Amino acid sequence: MYVYDSYDQDIIESRVKQFRDQTRRYLAGELSGEEFRPLRLQNGLYIQRFAPMLRVAVPYGLMSSAQVRMMAKIARDYDKGYAHISTRQNVQFNWPELEDVPEILAELATVQMHAIQTSGNCIRNTTTDQFAGVAKDELVDPRPWCEIIRQWSTFHPEFSHLPRKFKIAVNGAVSDRAAIEVHDIGLEAVKNEAGELGFRVSVGGGLGRTPIVGSFINEFLPWQHLITYLDAILRVYNRYGRRDNKYKARIKILVKALTPEVFAERVNAEWAHLKDGPSTLTEAEVARVAAHFIDPAYKALEDQADALAALRAEHPGFDRWASRNVFAHKKPGYAAVTLSLKPTGVAPGDVTDKQLDAIADLADRYSFSEVRNSHNQNIILADVEQSQLFTLWGELRELGFATPNVGLLTDIICCPGGDFCSLANAKSIPIAEAIQRRFDDLDYLFDIGNIDLNISGCMNACGHHHVGHIGILGVDKKGQEFYQVSLGGSSGRDASLAQILGPSFAEKDMADVVSKIINVYVETRTDEESFLDTFRRVGIDPFKERVYAANH
Amino acid sequence: MQRIIKNGQLVDETWHLLPKDATLEGVSNCDDLIVPLGLYVEHSSALKARDGGLGVWLEAGEEIEEIADQLDNFQVIALNFPAFTDGRHSSTAYMLRTRYGYKGEVRAIGDVLRDQLWALHRVGFDAFALREDKDPDDALKAFSEFNEVYQASADQPQPLFRRRA
Repeated sequence: MYVYDSYDQDIIESRVKQFRDQTRRYLAGELSGEEFRPLRLQNGLYIQRFAPMLRVAVPYGLMSSAQVRMMAKIARDYDKGYAHISTRQNVQFNWPELEDVPEILAELATVQMHAIQTSGNCIRNTTTDQFAGVAKDELVDPRPWCEIIRQWSTFHPEFSHLPRKFKIAVNGAVSDRAAIEVHDIGLEAVKNEAGELGFRVSVGGGLGRTPIVGSFINEFLPWQHLITYLDAILRVYNRYGRRDNKYKARIKILVKALTPEVFAERVNAEWAHLKDGPSTLTEAEVARVAAHFIDPAYKALEDQADALAALRAEHPGFDRWASRNVFAHKKPGYAAVTLSLKPTGVAPGDVTDKQLDAIADLADRYSFSEVRNSHNQNIILADVEQSQLFTLWGELRELGFATPNVGLLTDIICCPGGDFCSLANAKSIPIAEAIQRRFDDLDYLFDIGNIDLNISGCMNACGHHHVGHIGILGVDKKGQEFYQVSLGGSSGRDASLAQILGPSFAEKDMADVVSKIINVYVETRTDEESFLDTFRRVGIDPFKERVYAANH
Repeated sequence: MQRIIKNGQLVDETWHLLPKDATLEGVSNCDDLIVPLGLYVEHSSALKARDGGLGVWLEAGEEIEEIADQLDNFQVIALNFPAFTDGRHSSTAYMLRTRYGYKGEVRAIGDVLRDQLWALHRVGFDAFALREDKDPDDALKAFSEFNEVYQASADQPQPLFRRRA
């Protein structure tokens, strides 16, 4: 993974000092709450329902074991002993004291971490495939490009007060696990016929109140021009994005208002001034960054198909786990393992300090001392030897990470919701738990197969409900918490936005509603047909009829 | 007399900033004036014929392209921040310095606060009329908060990746 040099370290240490002074001035009354707000937000610090929430940046989801141990330490020393993996691959702490935040940042800086631009109207953490660098279907490793974007976007002086937040995602694989088409900018690394590397560029995707799938405005941007082209997009947005209404301020509204074609023309006109300028990337810089992401010291191994098949036949639990939580690896004899942070009864994505320490130890022993956070709010050991999978499974079971539900209905993406977040209209965690309890039969869960069930506690859509195969949105109806259900969303390469099923439901009915939806699917599907495929074939009506049928 | 920050130092203000609704009537011949864009566009000949210095100021939504071919007429271009969180003129300043080669004073006016000065300085502002309730001495500290930067901008045409030792 990327390792800071003296320049990178100096920049984050300066930031710690700067924020320490900003906090001091706020507490001394020299800065008003209004003046401090954007400063703390651009350092990931929210004022929440019970206490501040600090969002620590995990660039493109990658952490070393030393960094994971630091997360454990912060959870222990400054929080109530747990941390939360966010849908942007970051780590959130829900209980730090404002006064402690400068000290937390100082501790983070000792392990090359920070909270820079994890909130606020600026360029946020760039996200990517949690299997970057190890996926079999990968064409280009997106991580060096994410790091190049991280450095370009960090304290970009021109784009530090954009109309609204700005999110970039990069994908380099056949499958899109980074959901690039629902980002402000989505970059897909591709190679042209001459074998040269470039990017397909999508703009104006996004969730929130006005969910939109992005539009591709450039089919092949040669890699050298990545930064100047991003500068051009951001300049057009910074100048012409709406600032009169925060709900219409995302770039998607501008792209839609201008049309993607006209927006692309504006970008090209701006880019003409920047193209081939000093910010044009050099082979030397790309090589410098890419050198941090070369393969670890893999052993020359053989795939263990027979041995694993024998173990799976003997141990049904291992078999289930291996079928859901183990992902194919590009190197023979290796596998990527997802630690499920979604056991029933735990808020999705929550992890305790002890568990974090244990994960760091597992990373050291099984996976070259690195882990990845996924936007699905799980943690991945990306480089596990297949011959160690059975032993690892045993350890994961003891730690509570072996729930074999990755990609299944109970692997729910869920925001902190009304239990923690002051923006939320409704609670989200108890809904997740009720659904997990309803679907506690593993055989049934396996039979249902791949389903993305995403829950957001408000239309800000941190739980990505628009792109869930089943999406649940908390709404406020005359002071009561209700839940709107939508179906058919997808964040993959065939990205689509979910359609609203109909009137919203009370909390107590949610597990029943999901059961009815699943029943329609199970009764309607053809062999091997996934939930999403069935939905796309039969449409929303059969689901609507069942769910809203009068109960007699 | 208000003091403004100019090139990292406090200096006494010698320019008069005319309000948005100012008219040509009663405009002094000898004073150094920063006039609103609308007044300049309407009366550029008369304003240029004066003996005093001439500057222009733009609202956040006004575009520099409108006067891009006349920048030589101005000793000062002031860019207004209706709120410190409105970043539009960061792009204006950057373009003034890098695209149009403007060498005169680029001044931030309006809701200008210490914690934005570093970034504003980077994109090409060299003068800052701090909001009046704020201490400009204190604000000078903003310019030494960072030693190094990643991106190219008006202050540093080479990105760090071309400068890394």
